[in-house]
Amino acid sequence: MAGDALSSGKPRKSFSSLIYDPQARGIFYQVVTVASVALFVWIITQNTIHNLEKANIASGFGFLQGRAGFDIGQQAIEYTSDSTYGRALLVGLLNTLQVAFFGIITATILGFLVGIARLSHNWLLAKLAQAYVEIFRNIPPLLVIFFWYKGVIAILPQARDSVVLPLGGFLNNRGLFFPKAIWGEGSWMIVAALGVAIAASIVIFKWARARQARTGQQFKSGWTSLGLIILLPAATFLALGAPLTFDYPVAGRFNLSGGTSIGPEFISLYLALSFYTASFIAEIVRGGIKAVPKGQTEAANALGLRANIITRLVVVPQAMRIIIPPLTSQFLNLTKNSSLAVAVGFADIVAVGGTMLNQTGQAVEIVAIWLVIYLSLSLTTALFMNWFNAKMALVER
Amino acid sequence: MLKNKQTKVGKMKKTILSAAIGAAVLGLASAASAATLADVKAKGFVTCGGSNGIPGFSNPNDKGEWSGIDIDYCRGIAAAVFGDASKFKIVALSSKDRFPALQSGEVDVLTRNTTWTISRDSSLGFNFRTVNYYDGQGFLVKKSLNVKSALELSGAAVCVQQGTTTELNLADYFKANNLKYNPVVFEKEADATSAYDSGRCDVYTTDQSGLYAIRLKLKNPDENEVLPEVISKEPLGPAVRQGDDQWFDIVSWVHYAMVNAEEFGITSKNVDEMKKSGGPDIKRMLGAEEGTKIGTDLGLTNDWAYNIIKQVGNYGEVFERNVGPSSPLKIKRGINALWTKGGLQYGPPIR
Repeated sequence: MAGDALSSGKPRKSFSSLIYDPQARGIFYQVVTVASVALFVWIITQNTIHNLEKANIASGFGFLQGRAGFDIGQQAIEYTSDSTYGRALLVGLLNTLQVAFFGIITATILGFLVGIARLSHNWLLAKLAQAYVEIFRNIPPLLVIFFWYKGVIAILPQARDSVVLPLGGFLNNRGLFFPKAIWGEGSWMIVAALGVAIAASIVIFKWARARQARTGQQFKSGWTSLGLIILLPAATFLALGAPLTFDYPVAGRFNLSGGTSIGPEFISLYLALSFYTASFIAEIVRGGIKAVPKGQTEAANALGLRANIITRLVVVPQAMRIIIPPLTSQFLNLTKNSSLAVAVGFADIVAVGGTMLNQTGQAVEIVAIWLVIYLSLSLTTALFMNWFNAKMALVER
Repeated sequence: MLKNKQTKVGKMKKTILSAAIGAAVLGLASAASAATLADVKAKGFVTCGGSNGIPGFSNPNDKGEWSGIDIDYCRGIAAAVFGDASKFKIVALSSKDRFPALQSGEVDVLTRNTTWTISRDSSLGFNFRTVNYYDGQGFLVKKSLNVKSALELSGAAVCVQQGTTTELNLADYFKANNLKYNPVVFEKEADATSAYDSGRCDVYTTDQSGLYAIRLKLKNPDENEVLPEVISKEPLGPAVRQGDDQWFDIVSWVHYAMVNAEEFGITSKNVDEMKKSGGPDIKRMLGAEEGTKIGTDLGLTNDWAYNIIKQVGNYGEVFERNVGPSSPLKIKRGINALWTKGGLQYGPPIR
């Protein structure tokens, strides 16, 4: 009897106590959340599949093997209209990567220069930097791209009156043309020599640092490495008998043919993204430097350090840990903004995907590919920047 | 509980409403398709689907009056049905809206440079027969380049709009002829046009009729010309709903009457004279033959063709006025010439 009463009373008691148990409630809410998310995804998927079937649209990624049938203006790897859709996407991805890579480098350099210039004691320089920042960060990126595109095309001469540049280069509104280097036999040894020189320089740097820590004596490792990196490949090049010829651009009926060229679409997109993002980076840099307490500079001054040493060894390292995290966001923004390329006819991943979407009707698959690509690009950038941030973070003892 | 009931009632109301709308649309469509001619006569005017403004085809002028080759087709139908070419109304339709408008019976006939394709003929439930403009993809180039044929375009930079069949036709054409080119692809027509205008491209490609219209928007239209090559087929013509053969015949024969008139040399100016003194086939067509039943068999009056030619003109006049050399578009007859002159315009015999 007693056992019965206990067993019948127990579940009621434990149920009411479960409601008031924060941990049980937490688990309950999480289960509900996961279940509703799963349900949502399931409904969306089922609905999509159903609608695709109804509209008689084939799904799956098999279409990537099909013949693309369209041409692409800018290509880093070989591609013709006979290539597959998959290869077309790859061409687009490489174009996106190119513009993002060069854009990030230029934007960072320009941003740092402008950011530091805004802190300059030179009134004119500071105001110029301020004007730059205010103009570029207050204009939507698409307009900046249009500005550069129309500007680049309008200023540059027509193909028939190309500006002749030194070393066999030409500049017109079809792009920048320069001779294409054709490397002869054994050229890999020059690259190998460069690799050896770089490796040797790293060793020299490490050795010099250790020696300075041990003896206090400095070694001009910078000059030594520079000499090594230039002289070693140059000597190899000469020893091989200069195996290098050039394919020069020559005037054709419509335009220059031969050589290599960079189109105005790439130039304008690259410049626009660099200038636009640099204005944000400049502000981040200024903020980062401003955030280093004045006492740090004063303390360094009191130790008798020179101004450039103070900037390099005291201010910048401390500013960097404030600068890097928001800098990562700007790098990601630049990469994502490169999707505006289609406005000026640059064949990035979105432009190529858009064409494919119209030709094949495989909207779901292509949008999914876009998402995955941008997500991976962003995560890779973030991963690298996090590693860099960890390396630059102040090591507290 | 109450809430549930309400939503149920709401749902039912919605169902009834949509069913009613569906029935109404169906009813309208079936009524319209059963006897479009009777409907048109009853309302006193013919309703044609026009564009939002395509120069030379259907375009409102600065006075708000519609003009163009497609509008003249519509006027021809009005002249045939009512003997008065002014009894028509134009509904401006975007390319997206045009098919539902015809399906639902909002317009009696779609005269809006629409390409005749098999899927439109079958799955959309329309009928096409006459082609009042044979279009096709072409190339616009600067005269200063001194190019006379598209086959000389190897190495050229070509401006093209993204994601169109134009882009594919372009790749196919250059590949088939073993020519090299550099495509510059834009999302919007306006961007592509301005890039071409600023000299970024040597060539602009789209449908030829579009090229003539784009040419007018350039800074110096006279310094640009359209090459003779046509690399795709875009037959443009009127569409009607399936299931009303009488209306379909009337719409078709309006065009054939205009084409035959040009072949016979009947114009809006000499039509009265021709009616009296022309040969037997001319008299038969214009309804001057004794005891003719050609017009009444169509459901019209016997002077239907006379009215079209008198008030609208023959095909050549319509072409000349809207898109030909005396219009701003300055399009040559090309494949739109009469079959007797090496073109594709051919009117079946009227007898």
